[in-house]
Amino acid sequence: MAHAETQQAPVHHAQSHHAQGQQHPIGIYLWIWGLLFVLSFFSYLVDYFHLHGMLRWSLILLFMILKAGLIVAVFMHMAWERLALIYAILVPPVLLLVFVALMTLESDYTFLIREEFFGIGR
Amino acid sequence: MSHSAVADTNVPHAHHGWSGLVHDWSTDQKAFKNVPWGKAMMWIFLLSDTFIFGCFLLSYMTVRMSTLDQWPNPSKVFALHIGGQEIPLILIAIMTFVLISSSGTMALAVKYGYQKDRVKTAILMILTAILGATFVGMQAFEWTKLIMEGVRPWGNPWGAPQFGSTFFMITGFHGTHVTIGVIFLFIMARKVLRGDFDVERKGFFTSRKGRYEIVETTGLYWHFVDLVWVFIFAFFYLW
Repeated sequence: MAHAETQQAPVHHAQSHHAQGQQHPIGIYLWIWGLLFVLSFFSYLVDYFHLHGMLRWSLILLFMILKAGLIVAVFMHMAWERLALIYAILVPPVLLLVFVALMTLESDYTFLIREEFFGIGR
Repeated sequence: MSHSAVADTNVPHAHHGWSGLVHDWSTDQKAFKNVPWGKAMMWIFLLSDTFIFGCFLLSYMTVRMSTLDQWPNPSKVFALHIGGQEIPLILIAIMTFVLISSSGTMALAVKYGYQKDRVKTAILMILTAILGATFVGMQAFEWTKLIMEGVRPWGNPWGAPQFGSTFFMITGFHGTHVTIGVIFLFIMARKVLRGDFDVERKGFFTSRKGRYEIVETTGLYWHFVDLVWVFIFAFFYLW
């Protein structure tokens, strides 16, 4: 219990120490900004040139992941944070992939049932 | 309580890799060492928001995969006539560029904030807010156009009725986030310009000393809004 009391006080000191945090050269921001524009333009071109099938989907996902990664890593400064924070924030959303798998199974099943009962005559 | 305050004046260096992670989490103090509490709380809020948007996009996936009807082609639905020519998805592309521009100005605002450059920080934040407001304005235009064409949450002229409900739900919730961000940015820009963070003026609601860290925290929220748009753009508009 003695520990629990001592942990409150230092916060004040620690914070004033951090006023200088996250200083990075302006070049990296401009560079990433430019990259985001280029990647967005590419993902628009995917639609503009009417790509379809696996090529379309994989390009959409590729540009999406690259853009999301750049925003989180550089603009949100995740690249310079400690692992303790990075893992606490970035690992839990991975669980969404399990949810995606579950709902894929579920909607395939719903689709089959609907086709079975309402699909006649379509 | 106060006698022990001496101990934590400097942040311990991070150990590498997993041992650093275990070390930070097991020190029986705060786990997020060189992150101010406000920023850590914003990250945790954003994590919860990730799950909300994740669930929205998942329900969109589920209804789109399970419907027997043809899903309306977003490339055609969101096309505009410009100069007698139909350009696919052009409005959404412009909205994407506007939002990315605002993310860039926000990143620079955070940088100048930590340099305590009051005027540049405030100007960049106001610019970010204006770009955000532009985005919301274009979204209002898009909604109006679709509603005039007969899109409703329960149906539309082109195919699967679920198109309308997922569209209004997802873009509406995202637009609300942008709007809140714009308001937040204007409030913070005013504080920056007034010099609140130079004199550590206490906040109206929180009574805590104002610091330039709040610019980064505001920035985290703003970049997250842009981040969500990246996923909406990919899954709803392009897929």
